[in-house]
Amino acid sequence: MRSALSEGRAVRWTLIALGVGFLALFLVIPLLAVFSEALRRGMEPFLAAFDEPDTQSAIGLTLLVAAIAVPLNLVFGVAAAWAVAKFEFRGKSILVSLIDLPFSVSPVVAGLVYVLLFGAKGLLGPLMDDWQFKIIFAVPGIVLATIFVTFPFIARELIPLMQEQGTAEEEAALTLGASGWRTFLTVTLPNVRWALLYGVLLCNARAMGEFGAVSVVSGHIRGLTNTMPLHVEILYNEYNFVAAFAVASLLAGLALVTLGAKSVLEWRYGDGLARIHRH
Amino acid sequence: MSERILTKRRRLLAAASALPILSAFASARAQAPQDVVLTNVSYDPTRELYKAINDAFAKQWQASTGQKVTVRASHGGSGKQARSVIDGLEADVVTLALAGDIDAIARESKRLPDNWQSRLPNNSSPYTSTIVFVVRRGNPKGIKDWPDLARQGVSVVTPNPKTSGGARWNYLAAWAYELDRVEGDQAAARKFVEAIYRNVPVLDSGARGSTTTFAQRAVGDVAISWENEAFLILQEFGADKFEIVVPLFSILAEPPVALVDAVVDKRGTRKVAQAYLDFLYSPAAQKIIARNFYRPVKPDAADPADLARFPKIKLVTIDQVFGGWAKAQAEHFADGGQFDRIYKPSGKAVVR
Amino acid sequence: MSDAALSGWLPRVRKPSALPGFGLTLGFAVSYLSLIVLIPLAVLVARAGTLGLDGIWRVATTPRVLAALEVSFFISAAAALVNAVFGVIVAWVLVRYEFPGKRLLDAAVDLPFALPTAVAGIALAALYAENGWIGGLFVPFGIKIAFTPLGILVALIFIGLPFVVRTVQPVLQDFDREVEEASATLGATRRQTVFRVVLPSLTPALLTGVALAFARAVGEYGSVIFIAGNMPFVSEIAPLLIVTKLEEFDYAGAAAIATVMLAISFLALLAINGLQAFSRRRFGHA
Repeated sequence: MRSALSEGRAVRWTLIALGVGFLALFLVIPLLAVFSEALRRGMEPFLAAFDEPDTQSAIGLTLLVAAIAVPLNLVFGVAAAWAVAKFEFRGKSILVSLIDLPFSVSPVVAGLVYVLLFGAKGLLGPLMDDWQFKIIFAVPGIVLATIFVTFPFIARELIPLMQEQGTAEEEAALTLGASGWRTFLTVTLPNVRWALLYGVLLCNARAMGEFGAVSVVSGHIRGLTNTMPLHVEILYNEYNFVAAFAVASLLAGLALVTLGAKSVLEWRYGDGLARIHRH
Repeated sequence: MSERILTKRRRLLAAASALPILSAFASARAQAPQDVVLTNVSYDPTRELYKAINDAFAKQWQASTGQKVTVRASHGGSGKQARSVIDGLEADVVTLALAGDIDAIARESKRLPDNWQSRLPNNSSPYTSTIVFVVRRGNPKGIKDWPDLARQGVSVVTPNPKTSGGARWNYLAAWAYELDRVEGDQAAARKFVEAIYRNVPVLDSGARGSTTTFAQRAVGDVAISWENEAFLILQEFGADKFEIVVPLFSILAEPPVALVDAVVDKRGTRKVAQAYLDFLYSPAAQKIIARNFYRPVKPDAADPADLARFPKIKLVTIDQVFGGWAKAQAEHFADGGQFDRIYKPSGKAVVR
Repeated sequence: MSDAALSGWLPRVRKPSALPGFGLTLGFAVSYLSLIVLIPLAVLVARAGTLGLDGIWRVATTPRVLAALEVSFFISAAAALVNAVFGVIVAWVLVRYEFPGKRLLDAAVDLPFALPTAVAGIALAALYAENGWIGGLFVPFGIKIAFTPLGILVALIFIGLPFVVRTVQPVLQDFDREVEEASATLGATRRQTVFRVVLPSLTPALLTGVALAFARAVGEYGSVIFIAGNMPFVSEIAPLLIVTKLEEFDYAGAAAIATVMLAISFLALLAINGLQAFSRRRFGHA
């Protein structure tokens, strides 16, 4: 019998087939291809790829860069979302568009702007040289480029949700005498924790996977300024396909694990939370 | 009350927000005082070569001076690498695909003198190479020499000369061949090169990408390639799948090396960097060079079996045919140059 | 600097609110935005500006650049449209239906964020080439995917997919089923309920997702160059021309193309954000 509240069987399975087919074609098969290339010669060459000191230093650098870039963007995302979602002011839509801007900047250009700013022939280049301060072709440049490309992720997750939630709950807490900071911690934060977690996960995944922008400012010095994605390219260009895809599969695996963890959390606690925040 | 606390907090937060950014800038690399690290900024296909050279040099340097030296390598498209050095990448030595790129470093950054090329023997090239063809097993299209690449129905793989140093050699070799055949008729040479590029279905941005397209993706009947890269294709992808075809006429590619004076003086590495470059001309290094499919400039030291792999080809230099790199670059590869003129608007930009 | 200045200046431009922290959060957000994004981009625009307006115009309107811009923007728009349709279907399927492997698929949606673009490009080129798993299926029909504009489309669909799914999904999740019940009670068919009630309220989120997917696609470089073929006037994208200009040490020319792309993308984003605000008012908050 057809219900007025859900689609007929045929429609439902057609949609599932379409959705799953689309994901398979564009996501699952490429992912399988990465893992199958990595394991093409069995486990041993796969594991051997991680024994290389250059690979290890690339992994270390990637973790370091993400550990700096993600928290900074987290603080920014929360601050921006608070200002944009809880207040009405002139120029808000321009501010929101500007926050999105890094998405629309080609990663190549994202790297280029820092070269124009801090490079030897850049605006601040001579100054940096006097101070013995290396930005471009060193870790700070890689961090900056990474912050740039992952800039909007957390703010983007928070703004629509906080806008939708309005200000009533916070106002109630303030009326009851809570301080602003306490209101944020006990009222706002619990309401957005999933979006926040989600934004952090995406930001982190992108920070670890960024290639184009980092490639411009890195200098590609083995064991020094190579991040994991750059190392993948290097290995690939050395015809070391197994090792290249092994490192790539580590990146993909890392993403899958964090996303899996998120799903589990959501599944175990999400329903209760959803009920709380709806009322 | 809360207003006052907020103002205070505001200031604190403003200060705190600046801190992590600053501390990120402040990271510096630590180095043991007696050990020395050199950075060699090189082009794409030399990875295997310099891996071997660097190990050999480190051993030799430690044996003669007791100092431990680590040579860090950076590889990428030659032009891109040159630009990184101009923008401040601290290379003690550069070993690039063509003199034009090192000229650009000297011109744009003044980190080394304009006469850099005369400071080392043989135009600062410790090894040379040339341009050959790689075809699929059995050579199904019967490719023998340059004119076969311009034939209709032959699909040619070569990277984009705008972004790849190797591709510039490929392009100039074809041009030089036709120019020699028609005895200097530039218009005919242009038409010939244009016909070859009409047969190119994919313009990869680098030599290695181009190799992968040809070998892994099975695109194209023939790949134009560095000679050393061609040998490497056979070694990596199987001699049972590909064959090298040597044209009767090609160009002498002279990849140069140079000391970056401003960097070695700043870092105090001039002595060891100079020794590294001199080492490239030593018998030990020349032997490694020949083993890695580059043509050594002092073949006496090389293994005769390695040398036997290099066929005799009539080779012309870029100075003879094109009047040097500066001129070739401006005429052929600059914005609006000969290469750009090969590609014209097709009227319909997007083929759907 | 902006903090003190802003709090003195802002009360006039914002509506009064009981909540604290406006000056602090906006001040920090704007300072951070300026330091990381706006000032560096201003340097870029200034560098392009050394050519003068007519110089930028000359660079941007050479046939080669125009063709590349057309390829970039046209194919990005096509990819965003494909993602709009399939993104909604995927979000719908993931939220409303139960089927085996659903959680795994849900997690996989974010893959394009996590996979380095270069790896994505290599993997897609390998799959969609004529000798690849998927590309091989199309050979009998005479369709080439890798190394043609279709290859660019594939890469850009891949890059943009999560943006649409992830913006639509939470809204759909929070969508009040009571509204659907009301619609059904009032006699609407299921089709009418979906197309007249549910989908319109997804519109603001969908527009955001499409805008982000489009903007991201326009600038994408790493994954595209491996699969595009990069033929001038056919499959050459604008970011590749920027790189080409850089290889010629023509920083100003590169900055000029980048500035033009930036301007177009920003206008598109602004328009879509405006459209979103409009539909938010029109259809009520999502």
